[in-house]
Amino acid sequence: MTKKDQDLINRIANGARAGRISRRDFMSYSAAAGLATAGATSLWTSSAKAAPQAGGTFRWGVHDGNTGDTHDPGSYLTRTMIFLAHTHRSYLTMINGDNTLGPDLAESWEASADASEWTFRLNPNATFHLAGRPVVADDVIASLNHHRGEGTTSSAAPLVADVVDITKVDDHTVKVTLSGGNADFPWIMTAYQFAICPANEDGSIDWQSGDGSGPYKIDSGEFGVQFALSRHDGWHGEGAWFDKVELITLNDANARQTALVTGDVDAISQIDLKTMALMGRDPNLQLFNVPSGAAITLPMLTDTAPFDNVDVRNALKLSIDRDEMIEKIMFGAATKGNDFHHSPAQPYWPDDIPQREYDPDQAKALLKKAGAEGLTVNLSTADSVTSGAVDMAVLYAEHAKAAGITINVVREPSDGYYSDVWLKKPWCLVSWGSRPTPDMMYTLAYKSDAAWNESRWQNERFNELLLQGKGELDDSVRAEIYREMAILARDDGGTVIPFFNNFVYGARANVGTPENLAASWENDGARAASRWWFTG
Amino acid sequence: MGDLLTLVAKRLGYGLLTLLVVSILIFFAVELLPGDTAQAILGQSATPDTVAALREELGLNQPAYIRYFDWLFGAIRGDLGVSAIPPHQPVISVIGPRFTHTLFLAAYAAVIAVPVAISLGVIVALLRNTVFDRVANVLTLTSISSPEFFLGYILILIFAVKIPIFPALATVPTDVSFGELLYRTFLPALTLVLVVTAHMMRMTRAAIINLLASPYIEMARLKGVPPWKVIVKHALPNAWAPIINVVALNLAYLVTGVVLVEVVFVYPGVGQLLVDAVSKRNFPVVQAVSLIFAATFILLNLAADVGSILTNPRLRHPK
Repeated sequence: MTKKDQDLINRIANGARAGRISRRDFMSYSAAAGLATAGATSLWTSSAKAAPQAGGTFRWGVHDGNTGDTHDPGSYLTRTMIFLAHTHRSYLTMINGDNTLGPDLAESWEASADASEWTFRLNPNATFHLAGRPVVADDVIASLNHHRGEGTTSSAAPLVADVVDITKVDDHTVKVTLSGGNADFPWIMTAYQFAICPANEDGSIDWQSGDGSGPYKIDSGEFGVQFALSRHDGWHGEGAWFDKVELITLNDANARQTALVTGDVDAISQIDLKTMALMGRDPNLQLFNVPSGAAITLPMLTDTAPFDNVDVRNALKLSIDRDEMIEKIMFGAATKGNDFHHSPAQPYWPDDIPQREYDPDQAKALLKKAGAEGLTVNLSTADSVTSGAVDMAVLYAEHAKAAGITINVVREPSDGYYSDVWLKKPWCLVSWGSRPTPDMMYTLAYKSDAAWNESRWQNERFNELLLQGKGELDDSVRAEIYREMAILARDDGGTVIPFFNNFVYGARANVGTPENLAASWENDGARAASRWWFTG
Repeated sequence: MGDLLTLVAKRLGYGLLTLLVVSILIFFAVELLPGDTAQAILGQSATPDTVAALREELGLNQPAYIRYFDWLFGAIRGDLGVSAIPPHQPVISVIGPRFTHTLFLAAYAAVIAVPVAISLGVIVALLRNTVFDRVANVLTLTSISSPEFFLGYILILIFAVKIPIFPALATVPTDVSFGELLYRTFLPALTLVLVVTAHMMRMTRAAIINLLASPYIEMARLKGVPPWKVIVKHALPNAWAPIINVVALNLAYLVTGVVLVEVVFVYPGVGQLLVDAVSKRNFPVVQAVSLIFAATFILLNLAADVGSILTNPRLRHPK
């Protein structure tokens, strides 16, 4: 091996150690440098990700926080609180780096044959920071009941609406009874609202104290400003390499990115797409571009003319140039949508459904069939929906011109958009956060009687399949069910889904990360504090 | 002196009336905004059931005027109420620390800006129409004509990115020394200094130059007083009234107008709190912050008037 090759291999090994190179890239670079596969494999395991180091203070800039935030899990709203919750509290289950389901507080769980009874066995090593006692069944029961029952103000109430009863089997075992089968119930338990808090005597929870059983405990903090945390010794999970974590709310994109460039913070949760390319050139930084389940949707009210005609709906779906939209609005940081709300980052994604492309001629033909040539429709949007939301609607209007469709872009006030425009105006632009499974997404926004059925779409077969898939524990049967549902939504549904937006975030070059980054939230599923480390 | 006290008392009375009007305007302005606190808290994930439950809990089901008078009678007793958002902390304890931060930053900027602006004003009046005068004018006018956030970004680019001597973030941990605090908040303070200096400097210059045409200045010159002494001993004392007014106006601006600077430097002041409170329709906090701002203007204007009277012997000893 020449000196040059050795230099190259050292560089690659350093890159691997710093987490900048994936295993696959590492192998191909090593082969290019003349290293045999066996040698490369052992170099990978010895130098790379294998050995995270402990220590340091992780300063973490988060893009969304408000001085009106609260520790009440039912009222979590901002990213800062969601990230904080994943850092100082625990959940029954968690989404792993590779987007599979893994244990958090519950070390194991099992379902009855019809998936309507779930038993969770708690990890006996889990303890609360302030209360200083183990996490027991009563805490889990109280924490879940916080989102149930009359008069709950929790935003997670719909997620546990089908829970009939939660009982204690023994101190470390909880049984949840559902009104029907739900194979996704352990996935639902990863929702950010289901943080486990210590129970009070009366069965309510003590959320006010900010106590939790997560990897880090809160030392001090001010809502909308920053939180200082230190490692919770004896945490029940694996990881938590940093000694201390500082979670800093940095709402202003410019301030946030400058702070990362100057080294005032070690990682940030969002990078402005417009400056993504510039940031990527800085050798002191690493950027992450992670496909997610978050989507931009354009629901048409399918019970309102002209959207009550499926040909009109499909004509509109054919009149959008998704590639140009991703390139111009998202600067490439998005995954192409196919008009069904199921992203490649979610389980059971059907990869064999033909992609719907931009085809104004076919759209014209469909409109002619529907007797709606020269169609004029209004599209409501507001800047607050997503960055570039108005530009996106204007671009769509340009694309649709080729099909003879006039789209009037209506700019609505950002304030109260989700109470006055969404679910009310016949066609609008909506931003959806990521849901871990297709069932959760479809149940939330596509089921015929869902409160948020944003297109008011009624399809008997779809709803039948949804119910069937919910209680099905066999993975291959489920995959087939979700495939058929995707085709129904794509060809009959009322929602245009141009793309799933990627999470784009960044860190200093000396931050080490695992090979796979969870796609549930930014910064490795909001768990960067317990999964990342400093490489030096 | 008795007249002065009457004036102060009268002005304070008017000030209270102004505050009352402001509080009514603020209340109904917040009411007019689409959506209410319950919807703002629940956001996109609101369902009719949870919104109704939260409205009940927050007492939003009562008519608007009843909620206003509830608040008003509380305020008269000195109780500004509790934050509309759980866990319902008293408004005072929500605003207190943030307002201290804002006052600190405003004072920091004022301590630099006021002496610099007035001395610069005196110097350029002395050296009027020279190159120094022109340069000082162009520089200060440029800085006042640029928006604060732009100045902030320029300062960050120069002093945090290119020459990294100051931090780009002014988020201050609670337990730092005073020196560290001054260091960390230097860039936002400098931004504010640049924004307010021009106004005060130019007013000082104009007021002094205006007086230089007066006969008594000519007399002083004729008897051989050096030019700097003419300005400092003879012109300046008569120019105080307009200068004090401009200084008061700028001090009020420093307290109330720092929102953009806070955003750029992520400084936890009262401006960001106000923006957050409006977006959450947190009426008691919006109301309290607005009243503090209004009171700042009223009190500083009153101080300016009292100051002008005290520096003017003719007003101090009326015939």
